[in-house]
Amino acid sequence: MTVAAPVAHVADPAESSQPPVATPPPRRGKWTGWAFVGPFMVVFAFVFLAPIIYSLWLSLFRDQMVGGNQFVGLENYIQAFGDQQLWRALGRVTLFLVIQVPVMLGIALLVALAIDSGRLHGKNFFRIAVFMPYAVPAVVATLMWGFMYGTQFGLVANFNDMFGLNIPSPLAPEWVLLAIGNIVTWQFVGYNMLIFYSALRVIPHSLYEAAEIDGAGQWRIITAIKLPAIRSAMVIATIFSIIGSFQLFNEPSILQAMAPNSISSSFTPNLYAYSLSFAGQQFNYAATVAIIMGVITMLVAYVVQLRGMREDMR
Amino acid sequence: MLALTRGRRRALAGAAALALVITSCADNGTSEVDEDIAAEGGELLLWGWTGVYEDIAEAYMEENPEVTVEVQNVGTNEDQYTALQNAVAAGSGIPDLAQIEYYAIPQFAIADSLADLSELGAEDLEGTYTPGPWDSVTMEGGIWGLPIDSGPMAFFYNAALLEEHGIEVPETWEDFAQAARDLNEADPDVYLAADTGDAGFATSMIWQSGGRPYQVDGTSVSIDFSEPETQRWAELWNELIEDEVLAPITAWSDEWYQGMANGTIASLTTGAWMGSNLQSGVEEGHGDWRVAPMPQWEGEEFTTAENGGSSIAIMEDSDNKELAYDFLQFASNGGGADLARDQGVFPATVERLEDEDYLNEEVEYFGDQQVYQVLAESADSVAEGRQYLPFHVHAISIFNDTAGQAYVSDTTLSEGLEEWGEQSAAYGNEQGFDVE
Repeated sequence: MTVAAPVAHVADPAESSQPPVATPPPRRGKWTGWAFVGPFMVVFAFVFLAPIIYSLWLSLFRDQMVGGNQFVGLENYIQAFGDQQLWRALGRVTLFLVIQVPVMLGIALLVALAIDSGRLHGKNFFRIAVFMPYAVPAVVATLMWGFMYGTQFGLVANFNDMFGLNIPSPLAPEWVLLAIGNIVTWQFVGYNMLIFYSALRVIPHSLYEAAEIDGAGQWRIITAIKLPAIRSAMVIATIFSIIGSFQLFNEPSILQAMAPNSISSSFTPNLYAYSLSFAGQQFNYAATVAIIMGVITMLVAYVVQLRGMREDMR
Repeated sequence: MLALTRGRRRALAGAAALALVITSCADNGTSEVDEDIAAEGGELLLWGWTGVYEDIAEAYMEENPEVTVEVQNVGTNEDQYTALQNAVAAGSGIPDLAQIEYYAIPQFAIADSLADLSELGAEDLEGTYTPGPWDSVTMEGGIWGLPIDSGPMAFFYNAALLEEHGIEVPETWEDFAQAARDLNEADPDVYLAADTGDAGFATSMIWQSGGRPYQVDGTSVSIDFSEPETQRWAELWNELIEDEVLAPITAWSDEWYQGMANGTIASLTTGAWMGSNLQSGVEEGHGDWRVAPMPQWEGEEFTTAENGGSSIAIMEDSDNKELAYDFLQFASNGGGADLARDQGVFPATVERLEDEDYLNEEVEYFGDQQVYQVLAESADSVAEGRQYLPFHVHAISIFNDTAGQAYVSDTTLSEGLEEWGEQSAAYGNEQGFDVE
């Protein structure tokens, strides 16, 4: 096997110069290639394609407690398009996306630039400290913040007592999205910082030296060299964050136990799909919601990527 | 995805944590006819999340060495129901027996997932159990499970705390409302009760008040939260919410346990199982807490309600129903039930409840009060005719989306309940029921 592939490869260009009649060796080579990608394709088919196809299949049925399972075609999709709860959930994560992602990436960029500037004492400690929250499991982080948010016995309560303040409960319906944004930002600033920082590290030093010779200040170096150089890293980080926002689940799901009236069972699209299938036994409709959300997420991520790429070429 | 078991562990969970001395298993429960079946031997699979089931199974196997009973914990309440529904849908991996809380019985009964125990002789058992639990397992002309424990409601309160602020134990709901205001005025950090919206509590309160919001007849269901009996509770409670005299602390949360331990929450009106829960979860309250009868509606006959509790049901697809029934008898009204009571499970059988030794037991945690007398009296006075929706598991999951909004917005509890009813009805119709 290991020998067959290179042989086939070499045979290919040789044959291309001849009239395309004698082709037995390449045909053998074709299958050899498949043998190499075969194991991956099998895994890919089972792990990636099968669940998607199964979800699509599920979304075409409706299983009722009375009446059983029946094929309903696209009815679930029609229902989803008129489903207030789904669109409100989508609106909520979109709002979250529009506010939380820029804040988080902004902080991450700031920290990355600060560490990269080389003017910071204890750079390594700072880098580790900012990255540390990313190593805390989301569940633990949320529980921890949840305790701090408590207005009865939590940190907020302590602040209120100590300074005679009246901070409203971060878990009240008006504030809970902000409270979740805070947790997510805390968790992921370090991760994004690391992406930006590693991109900054590969910028050739000669560019900085040249800029210095030209008399450019730090600000100029940032805007003219550093930011353009890490643009693709920023696009990647943005896409990851968009996907993360649309898939928001862990934080609201855990906080729900502490603030059941603030976080409804359809707070985010993912939580909605979860409630539908686990509390409501509506697997078919949950699959429909999951597929719709998957398509929307893909579209948004694709648009952002296109835009990012285009500006990259400019 | 992350499967979270919401902290709504009712009934037995706390009892199991409080493992008292396991006494030797009494040999009095099973009837003679059934013993032949057990002697033939066989294997049974029981799904349940309560710790005491393991001990019951072991005691049964000791008595019937030919039988093997395996207890599997596949998740707590909703998680197990999901697993059970999946197994039934798939037609494989179905256990012989399953723990099912009272509110979930209709859901499984209507789907024909449970065996009708009246065919196995359970009809003779009427009178063996207190009215509340028996009411909950019988519906649609069948008997769908046998009670394991029960949750007649009572008023659990921190006597030291109330005394400190000169508050008397409320006998009526009007007294309760006044006490809630007085206590919070005396000390703004102390609340008579904590509530952020709990479907089980709300429906129990409505039940006690005389409301019967759910009427179920086969697949036709009616939901109505507008009855005056329902409304009077909703209005009284809504005022307490608006006056902010109920602690905004969610039941079963960490803050909740802390609140009871540090004297922020002064009372709980809940099922009898709370007794063992307090003892294991609120050790600081040792000697301070007492139990009083559930507050009443003024001028009416003494009436209580049930909150929580579990039964064990036999699955329709079990091919060992008679043996399963033999085990079930042992667990529900035989040696297993004795064992469970000794471990702190509040009994559902009249015999165990009226046992003099039990009734006269002075519980140290409650300042040597004979609490079981109060709880037994409650069990005796449970209002009849409660029904649950055949899709109650889902209804509970959307309680806080709807009725819960009364606790955090301008919505009143009445409006919230109405919305709850509407959304429950919408779900029911989607599931093929005829809901109005």
